[in-house]
Amino acid sequence: MDTRYLFKRYNTWWVKVAVPRTLRNQLGYDLRQSLKTHNLEEAQDLRWEVIDSLKHKIEETKNSSLEDHNLQEVKVAVETYLPVTDTSNAQYYHKVVDCQYACPAHTNVPEYIRQISQGNYTDAYMINWESNVFPGILGRTCDRPCEPACRRTRTHEKPVAICRLKRVAYDYKGDISEFLPQVPKSKTGKKIALIGGGPASLTVARDLLVIGHECVLFEKDHKAGGLMRTNIPSFRLPIEVLDEEVDLILNMGIETRFDTEIKSMKSLLDEKFDAIFVGTGAPRGKEINIEGREEASKNIHIGIDWLTSIAFEHTDAIGKKVIVLGGGNTAMDCCRSSLRLGAEDVKVVVRSPFDQMKASEWELEEAMDENIPIFDNHVPKKFILRKGKLTGMEFEKVEAVFDKNGKRSLIPTGEDPVIFECDDVLVAIGQENAFEWIERDIGIEFGEWDMPVVDKVTFQSTHPKIFFGGDAAWGPENIIWAAAHAHQAAISINKLFNGEDIYDRPEPESNLVSQKMGVHEWSYDNDISQAKRFIVPHADQSISLKDIKVEVELGFDEKQAFEEAQRCLNCDVQTVFVEDLCIECDACEDICPTDCINFIDISTEEEIRKNLRVPALNLDQDLLVSEKLEQTQRVMIKDEDVCLHCGLCAERCPTGAWDMQTYLYEEAKIY
Amino acid sequence: MTYIVKPINRHPNLETNDLGLTRRDYEGSTISSLCAGCGHDSISAAILEACFQLNISAHQVAKLSGIGCSSKAPAYFLNQSHGFNSVHGRMPSVATGANLANPELMYLGVSGDGDTASIGIGQFIHAARRQLNIVYVVENNGTYGLTKGQFSATNDLVSKSKYGEENLFPAIDLAAMAILAGASFVARSFSGDKNQLVPLLKAAMKHKGFSILDVISPCVAFNNHKTSTKSYDHIREHNESVSRIDFVPLGQEIKANYGEGEQIDVSLHDGSTLTLEKLSENYDPRDKSSAISHIISADQDGKVLTGLLYINPEAKDLEETLNLTKTPLTGLTKKDLCPGEDKLNKINDSLR
Repeated sequence: MDTRYLFKRYNTWWVKVAVPRTLRNQLGYDLRQSLKTHNLEEAQDLRWEVIDSLKHKIEETKNSSLEDHNLQEVKVAVETYLPVTDTSNAQYYHKVVDCQYACPAHTNVPEYIRQISQGNYTDAYMINWESNVFPGILGRTCDRPCEPACRRTRTHEKPVAICRLKRVAYDYKGDISEFLPQVPKSKTGKKIALIGGGPASLTVARDLLVIGHECVLFEKDHKAGGLMRTNIPSFRLPIEVLDEEVDLILNMGIETRFDTEIKSMKSLLDEKFDAIFVGTGAPRGKEINIEGREEASKNIHIGIDWLTSIAFEHTDAIGKKVIVLGGGNTAMDCCRSSLRLGAEDVKVVVRSPFDQMKASEWELEEAMDENIPIFDNHVPKKFILRKGKLTGMEFEKVEAVFDKNGKRSLIPTGEDPVIFECDDVLVAIGQENAFEWIERDIGIEFGEWDMPVVDKVTFQSTHPKIFFGGDAAWGPENIIWAAAHAHQAAISINKLFNGEDIYDRPEPESNLVSQKMGVHEWSYDNDISQAKRFIVPHADQSISLKDIKVEVELGFDEKQAFEEAQRCLNCDVQTVFVEDLCIECDACEDICPTDCINFIDISTEEEIRKNLRVPALNLDQDLLVSEKLEQTQRVMIKDEDVCLHCGLCAERCPTGAWDMQTYLYEEAKIY
Repeated sequence: MTYIVKPINRHPNLETNDLGLTRRDYEGSTISSLCAGCGHDSISAAILEACFQLNISAHQVAKLSGIGCSSKAPAYFLNQSHGFNSVHGRMPSVATGANLANPELMYLGVSGDGDTASIGIGQFIHAARRQLNIVYVVENNGTYGLTKGQFSATNDLVSKSKYGEENLFPAIDLAAMAILAGASFVARSFSGDKNQLVPLLKAAMKHKGFSILDVISPCVAFNNHKTSTKSYDHIREHNESVSRIDFVPLGQEIKANYGEGEQIDVSLHDGSTLTLEKLSENYDPRDKSSAISHIISADQDGKVLTGLLYINPEAKDLEETLNLTKTPLTGLTKKDLCPGEDKLNKINDSLR
């Protein structure tokens, strides 16, 4: 195939002629011109004339630059000009889909929301299940990095309730059995040990089982689920939901060894597994060492351990007055659980200022809805005992002061110490990893904070057969991160089994499909809903506060789910621009409701961002840059920031240079 | 034509003018029903932009039009302005009446080549001759788009129809004709060049007297083919601009500073200034005969001469010539209209 001087942009063949180094300041790296044909043979014939004319232009410039000294006045070198956007790079359009891009597992959010709005809950569920494995669980508990990223936070106010729509997909789905991948009967003969039965290990198992590897799961408790079972109270995540999604994976044929805590990595290595995946999470709650800690230990509980004992029904009561130390999500779970176990006076006391508390906004809101007071800027000083029994705690009031580098220190205000009475204290001030069971002489290198050295891409430790993922890899994160890590680890493990280079990562899949159905018909709903974010209904507190197993959030009903789904802006329906077809009528620039589209002279990114119809100040958002247009030599620049994906540009385009095309992006997976 | 409703959402950082309004506050009440890519929509966008930049309140504008694609356009900008959609070609008469009744409004006439150069040509000439105080925009596409693409009177002799048909009659040059008829502000522009069109519109809006803008506006449906001389590519290739124009409102500093002999400053009656960077040698837009000869010679060379072609900033407008009251008729009381016997006697005496 003779493609000299030719390259393909979208479906059209272009000619490209390199510019000599000395002329690059004037002409750029190369000169390009479209041949306006999709047909290679035709392009092969047409190219010579165009090549000649481009070469002629280069010659001309060479001659004139010898004569004309004025050209030295060109201030900006062409080389620094904003380059033409390479939309064949899958990440360009992926980044436009803010929610999917922000999701660690890159779940196709707009697509499942669209399925929900069409009532296809099972499809919506399966889109989720493929990528994040635990839609029902995550739909209730996810930390939702997608929501702050949502385009609506820029065009309107609050993001689409993406997380709660995921729950809708779970709540209303039908039978999914026929959509599940089949586990092959014949096995590959490779066997992997999974340590810890949490989301990371379960995800690795799901991915590897489907291609015929065998998995053995070791779990120290008598049930799988990890922190999803032990640390998330059932008023947030009902056990049935958890069991259903965990069992789905267990039933794919994992060999499980419950109540089996691995005490030595060395001896596990001796068992001749082909690979080992460590998904043990961050299982140890941080300790507080202040006066009275030992004496009062009977009434001081480590938050996550205490939540675990509730989950396994070893604990069903707590004192009347409870202090919860800490400001993260575990603290919120502890205080709300205390209320349900009979405490009457629950306080959350936290060292940092309120606006810097680590708990997610919605978790805080839920706790405050249940009238739990939060005392910020209080540093615990000592436990107060009377007659050997815990009666209260003393705190010092502080304020946060930031130095030049933004480093925070808590400076005492000098006020009198504050004393709160209490019967029990729950300590939820952080979690740590615990790797005492891994011997240090077996080839796993440990680095800073006594954490294993793990490769960010492959999840491999310095021992070639041992992989880490989830919280065990780099400390406490969220379930969705565990799932994302596990997919990548599974790819690595499979490559290891196949004797391939594990650094040779598979490419994500992407595809663009036009949504044009007719002259004015589009196969997506481009009416921009102006509705405010819908609030998820809650169970009556007179019921939910009495029973720890009653789920607080009731979830959207179908009508609310539909309305909420309508708020999605369909960011995956991309505005695709083909400069070949453009006649420069500027209709798109005139009609765009949010002034995203510009036809201007090419310049540096800084200049261009300043000179757009509305300056593009959000540097996190890319600019779509076209090739130079034929008639005026301007370029089309689209600021992706607040595009509503309404499709008016495509609708008003007389030649179809703009089209609305659904972008499917699928993170690489192993099956 | 589109059925999608334009979302009400706007860019959160959209610029506002002195009235606190954004560009989008100058939009029409409905989205354009003209063909996608129609030059007329670009002209609407330019008018909207000019009004935004000049801080014009919509209620101080009256939009007037006749019949045709062009004459639908006023529906697509300045939603809150006054408007009158008149009989075919009769917009100048209605505008004259309205102007005399209320000289305080800014009159913005939007017409097409059919409306102006054919059925309304007599009205057009006399409005120019009388110096009716109006901004008269001709959205000139050289074709009768509404009736499926017959030649209009402004279609060039060499310009064949989309279906290959020869044009038998030469074109009327509206700009040259307006200069001869007495218009005091004559410009030509192109819908696809807002950098030129917007300042021209702003200047026209600030000019007192008859301002005509002959704006070439390609008809994507019937006159944008290879053999057309009013297509996007033809105009872009043959556009010859006489000057680069910068409109400087009263109180603002004139920043442009071109070389001697290359810059012309024209003061308008409200104190604002037009600075023109000359792109064509020996061209002075204040000189009528030079303007006409340039237009003719450019036409002979197959060029389209654009920019501010002629301006007479000292012209008297109709209202001044007739020595009429500046108060709108609605503001005149019975006392103003019937000043009493003494006044009447005085008038009668003066005529004896």
